[in-house]
Amino acid sequence: MNFDFSDDFKLLREQARKFLAQHCSRTVVRGVFEGGTPYDAALWRAMAEMGWLGAAIPNAYGGAALGYDGLCVLAEELGYTLAPVPFSSSIYLAAEAILAAGSEAQKQRHLPALIAGSRIATLALAEGPGHPGATDLKTRVSRGALSGSKFPVPDGDIADVAVVGAADEHGKIGLYLVELAETGVSRSPLKSLDPSRPQARIRFDAVRCEPLLADGGIAALGRLFDRAAILMAFEQVGGATACLDMAKAYAHERYAFGRPIGSFQAIAHKLADVYVAIELARSNAYYGAWALATDAAELTIAAAAARVSAIQAYERAAAENIQTHGGMGFTWESDCHLHYRRAKLLATTIGSAPYWKDRLITALERRNTP
Amino acid sequence: MDFNDTPDEAAFRGEVRRSLDAEAPNKRAGGPVASRRLLGDPDWGEAVKRAKQWQAKKADAGFAAITWPKQWGGREGSPIQQIIYNQEEAHYIVPKGVFEIGLGMCIPTLMAYGTPAQLERYVRPALRGEEIWCQLFSEPSAGSDLAGLRTRAERDGEEWIINGQKIWTSGAHFADLGIIITRTNPDAPKHRGLTMFFIDMHSPGIEVRRIKQISGTSNFNEVFFTDTRVPDHQRLGEVGAGWKVALTTLMNERLAVGDAPGPDFDDIFALARTLPIDGTPAIRDSAVRDKLADWYVKTQGLTYTKFRTMTALSRGQVPGPEASITKLVSATKLQEIASYAIDLIGQSGAVMDPQVVPMEALFQEALLYAPALRIAGGSDEILRNIIAERVLGLPGDVRVDKDAPFSAVRSGRPRPGAKI
Repeated sequence: MNFDFSDDFKLLREQARKFLAQHCSRTVVRGVFEGGTPYDAALWRAMAEMGWLGAAIPNAYGGAALGYDGLCVLAEELGYTLAPVPFSSSIYLAAEAILAAGSEAQKQRHLPALIAGSRIATLALAEGPGHPGATDLKTRVSRGALSGSKFPVPDGDIADVAVVGAADEHGKIGLYLVELAETGVSRSPLKSLDPSRPQARIRFDAVRCEPLLADGGIAALGRLFDRAAILMAFEQVGGATACLDMAKAYAHERYAFGRPIGSFQAIAHKLADVYVAIELARSNAYYGAWALATDAAELTIAAAAARVSAIQAYERAAAENIQTHGGMGFTWESDCHLHYRRAKLLATTIGSAPYWKDRLITALERRNTP
Repeated sequence: MDFNDTPDEAAFRGEVRRSLDAEAPNKRAGGPVASRRLLGDPDWGEAVKRAKQWQAKKADAGFAAITWPKQWGGREGSPIQQIIYNQEEAHYIVPKGVFEIGLGMCIPTLMAYGTPAQLERYVRPALRGEEIWCQLFSEPSAGSDLAGLRTRAERDGEEWIINGQKIWTSGAHFADLGIIITRTNPDAPKHRGLTMFFIDMHSPGIEVRRIKQISGTSNFNEVFFTDTRVPDHQRLGEVGAGWKVALTTLMNERLAVGDAPGPDFDDIFALARTLPIDGTPAIRDSAVRDKLADWYVKTQGLTYTKFRTMTALSRGQVPGPEASITKLVSATKLQEIASYAIDLIGQSGAVMDPQVVPMEALFQEALLYAPALRIAGGSDEILRNIIAERVLGLPGDVRVDKDAPFSAVRSGRPRPGAKI
């Protein structure tokens, strides 16, 4: 049995933890959160310089080719520190889409710049309320030009290039690459539930595009979601762990009725349950990491289980962290709500729990049908 | 990451499989339900006889106590080998529930505190299943608060005289020996007035009464002691140091108590696929799918948590505290799954005839047995205390009776009819 990260990746995680403790402090997160900038450019550059953005991308495109285990351990630390950078949009979703489905020329053209952090990419799929993987996309491609309205697009106001989901003349869903500086693109920022992670609406009016998926469709999109779900699960586990650490610290220092509140079972048992949820999520995420790294046949099941478990753990940890902090936890000044917001943001990006639960059971039915 | 055995582990697993294949029927051949009954065997005499025969075979094959010293019949194997054996044995129909407490808790305590002569006399017969041990800890007014126990032991020359009552003693009705924790000094604070002994269960003055549980069966006992004598040389540890000795035993209990048995995700998943609701399989209902997903995620989360623990052991490291979540999660999950399966079955869910309800009424049995799993071997509440205090490092709850003489500590009313 060898169901843990290797010592090399544990070392990478330690390095990332140290680096982020210094360079992704509360001040940095608050700087973005309070509306100064859409993301922390200095932190983003530093991550690129350390090779994090290309951790799972082959050397041929300038990546570090560490494999997905590397991306998983980094994701956990990004989640822990609430890193205000477009990592998930640009790397888990857009770069992965290009890597999985792009032509050699597309990979050569886009991946080095994304890895270097000099350009930012995103995935534009949702068209308002509902599941983002929906088959009835209204965005259309006709004779190489894309038209439609996408919202919300994570990091849509800072991205240079977007991978856009759209239907062709025959109604077939595919992914298209669009340069956002092209004529016909107009964007407007949306008020984000989590202001440390910006969102936007992008309108496309007959914008030049090129197909990304030669053999497009929902299956390829599903696979992209599966892979991103596992990486996002690690972010969520990291965020949940941060919440539990905050709650533990406060339960030690806050006194009520003459004793630290952590000595009351009402608090202690609540936090024990949070711990249980986090460990279940962590274990499911580990299985996801294995499936991701080995491209296992179980990928969809592993991804869905990791995602559902991680959503549950982070939402619970974030809510109970506020509860443990009492009134203080409800203040703007407290950092509790940063996690509460991030937990919900991550729970909705690439599809929320009901969508993934259904996807999980569907995959299990398929697996168990002779 | 991978799930493969190391070459040594694979070789050991092969050896285990060959041995089990030769000695025991495989579950796949024996039908899934018959081997998974949760409720007690009505003919326990016969069951104990079968268990003893199996234990002797297991000992001959060198698998009865894999991690123990060779001197005592073990093979000085690693914890990972013990896990591999348990995994493999779970695929076969073999008698269970007779020796786990003795070998998992009592004998390790004896090994820590007994004399060489005592080990010589007792360890091997226990390992071979010739003598069965039980653990006499809980009392009517001392369950989760074990240190509040009241069974008295008073010194009389080279002997001690025991009076009082134990309860929830698994296997007392067929045990030959037991370890018993008693109060020897009621005027000391509760943790400091306790002393541990081992006792011959056939001694005069011991009466075992079986407890009829809500499940209708009797898996546990009450044990009454009336002027029962035990020689001082059967004392384990110093007079007044019984709590420290008990912690050795309980530490082993946490290692021994694992996953809840009984119906799991696969069973309710299969049920939901076949059982119609208004002519459509239940699984088509989104509310059912939502529940199934929750249980799948918990079930797999526990499985992979075990894999993490095994990985640490396989690498020769100390496992993290994550294994502490297993019983807390699995016992409640079992209760939920049983309850929901019965809901799906509908009005027939309230029928227990194995011939007429799905899964031979295993869900109904599980519903009635699940409350025990949430209490035994550390209740849900105690397990949360342990996670909070030992894993998360939260400050302990206030213990108002901790430093007071035990005789001055307030107690509730004992159970009616209890001889205290």
